[in-house]
Amino acid sequence: MKKMLAMAAGLALSLAVTAVSGDDKLKVAFLYVGPIGDHGWTYTHDQGRLMLEDQLGDKVETVYVESVPEGPDAERAITRLVRDGAGLVFTTSFGYMDPTIKVAENFPDVKFEHATGYKRSDNVSTYIARFYEGRYVIGQIAAKMSKSGVAGYVASFPIPEVVRGINAFMLGAQSVNPDFKVKVVWVNSWFDPGKEKDAAEVMIGQGADIIAQHTDSTAPIQTAQEKGVLGFGQASDMIHFAPKAQLTSIIDNWGPYYVARTQAVLDGSWESSDTWDGMAEGMVVMAPFTNMPDDVAAMAADTTEKIRSGAMHPFAGPIYRQDGEMVIGEGEHLDDGVLLGMNWYVKGVDDELPQ
Amino acid sequence: MRLWLEQRPERSRAMSVISPLIAIALTVIAGAIIFAASGLDPLRALFIYFVEPVTTLWSIEELIVKTAPLVLIGVGLAVCFRANIWNIGAEGQLTVGAIAGASVPILAPHWDSFLVLPLMLLLGTLGGMAWAAVPALLRNRFGVNEILTSLMLVYVAQYLLDWLVRGPWRDPGGYNFPESIEFQAWQSLPTLGAGRVHLGALLALIAVALLFVFMARTLKGFEIRVSGEAPRAAAFGGFSRSRTVWLCFGISGGLAGLAGICEVAGPVGQLQPSISPGYGFIAIIVAFLGRLNPVVVLLAGLVLGISYLGGESAQIVLGISGKTTQVFQGMLLFFILACDTLIRYRLRFGRRPGAGTAGAEQAP
Repeated sequence: MKKMLAMAAGLALSLAVTAVSGDDKLKVAFLYVGPIGDHGWTYTHDQGRLMLEDQLGDKVETVYVESVPEGPDAERAITRLVRDGAGLVFTTSFGYMDPTIKVAENFPDVKFEHATGYKRSDNVSTYIARFYEGRYVIGQIAAKMSKSGVAGYVASFPIPEVVRGINAFMLGAQSVNPDFKVKVVWVNSWFDPGKEKDAAEVMIGQGADIIAQHTDSTAPIQTAQEKGVLGFGQASDMIHFAPKAQLTSIIDNWGPYYVARTQAVLDGSWESSDTWDGMAEGMVVMAPFTNMPDDVAAMAADTTEKIRSGAMHPFAGPIYRQDGEMVIGEGEHLDDGVLLGMNWYVKGVDDELPQ
Repeated sequence: MRLWLEQRPERSRAMSVISPLIAIALTVIAGAIIFAASGLDPLRALFIYFVEPVTTLWSIEELIVKTAPLVLIGVGLAVCFRANIWNIGAEGQLTVGAIAGASVPILAPHWDSFLVLPLMLLLGTLGGMAWAAVPALLRNRFGVNEILTSLMLVYVAQYLLDWLVRGPWRDPGGYNFPESIEFQAWQSLPTLGAGRVHLGALLALIAVALLFVFMARTLKGFEIRVSGEAPRAAAFGGFSRSRTVWLCFGISGGLAGLAGICEVAGPVGQLQPSISPGYGFIAIIVAFLGRLNPVVVLLAGLVLGISYLGGESAQIVLGISGKTTQVFQGMLLFFILACDTLIRYRLRFGRRPGAGTAGAEQAP
């Protein structure tokens, strides 16, 4: 009985797949963790999708599903997209990693691209941006602009990507003011405007006069503006939400990558790869430096250019852990392996990492 | 001139049976209006939302995967709500059940035995029961409102899970990402058919059958019904209210815990910071839409399951917002409650009668 059911299901599956493969345009699908209107993470991925439509619109067709919870629902949504004829699927959140791998096993002819994860296979690539490069720049700006010498950092989840960002911010700030302090509040969500706002308010109340964020809504920067302090946007240029508060923003620029990968599928040259691009490749871009004196803007532009050209590395030694132990000495910088698994704070961060 | 509600002398039995159907129909009509207002062909949109998810074997299997936890939790809640006991914290009981059951593969990863899976399911059920025992105890001993305690314990459970997967139970080979190790074949529920349908679906059916017989044919079931409908009569009949509270929380908590471990040992395959997209809360809608009757709860679970899958279809095929699912679920609950209210009360315009009859208008 079980076998018969399995056979029937297999038959139905193959029928369904042949039924939808009549279209000659390549269908490119996107799976989003938040709403496309979050003006943060998901918004920038969707901007990338629109750029793809704009540039390759005559050869591709795009489709997306937004606000898909990480977990078993993601597996269904990805399968659904593939069954609808998608030939290339971008899954844009860390929690989609295992579902992406599982679905990819069932559909070896479809290409998958997973953002921010570390599991790959023959038809699954991974990609992520070196946001920490931008975080070093905003750390420097924060230390120049702060009067109290304390910044508040609204953080999402204590995973290496976020910890790396806090450390890069701290190192940037310390390069200007060695006594600079960073407070951190974990909101345990990528997108929760209410909690993000509360977190920003608490830290401003505790003396922070600069707000940085690693969450996806515009709430922290808007709170900064309301309370009359300064801050940084996240993922997209949030200047319209906080024209008096935004100093700059670290912009995720996914469009060129999406166009290149889609073109590779069209050419038949697509291969599983691991991409970690930064300012040099244009995946990380700084928004205009606003609300700051010219000398600070000049310094920020100079640092950005040095990181872009490779003359400077945000994680150049000497770097010390919170407990004072030296991780790397003068003249060297941390390699990608250490950065990918980072689960410790550098000296000076005023927080204990949830372990 | 004002609008007020007058209690009807008796409730129409026929209307209480068909009220969920009216609610579904009203939801569909309101949905059609919304679709039309967004510039879509309402008939095609409704077809894609409600019918397309059940047109292929794959999507029917996915519907079963989605419905199984809703039904498992929903039937337990139906029993609870029947007794006028308000367990709002099934989501937390689900979470603790998942933690308790997952402790076996996480703490003894190499123990390969046919006992592993039954033990996981047993611990999952007991975990859910234990979490549900807290509001039951507080209610019986101190008269604390169980709505508040059970709801607040949801957040406690979720933080407990969060702490475990970021701390002691984190996969040592997982780059510090917040996930436990993945479960092996002998630690996972067997699947039925080619897709992801797992043993949990069968357990849901068994739970429906058992609870149907329990409520309709046993003295305990009768006790629960009387205890909810006529508490004073139940007290005169010698039925213990505190025993009923224990029993109802035990059943609903245990089933929620079972649903939790079935999710973790089934489609999820490991512990993660979030293991349920709110099944414990959606199951409340399922229980009410199912008239608090175990068999009807099964059908209600399917309706809610379709609303999830339909939301995805609508996004992919029609390109409309992912919020559609929540809009439909919200409308459905609103219309059920509205229909039920109108079965009990009738709308009156004009002035209320004098104070003498005011007492009769209070809800029982």
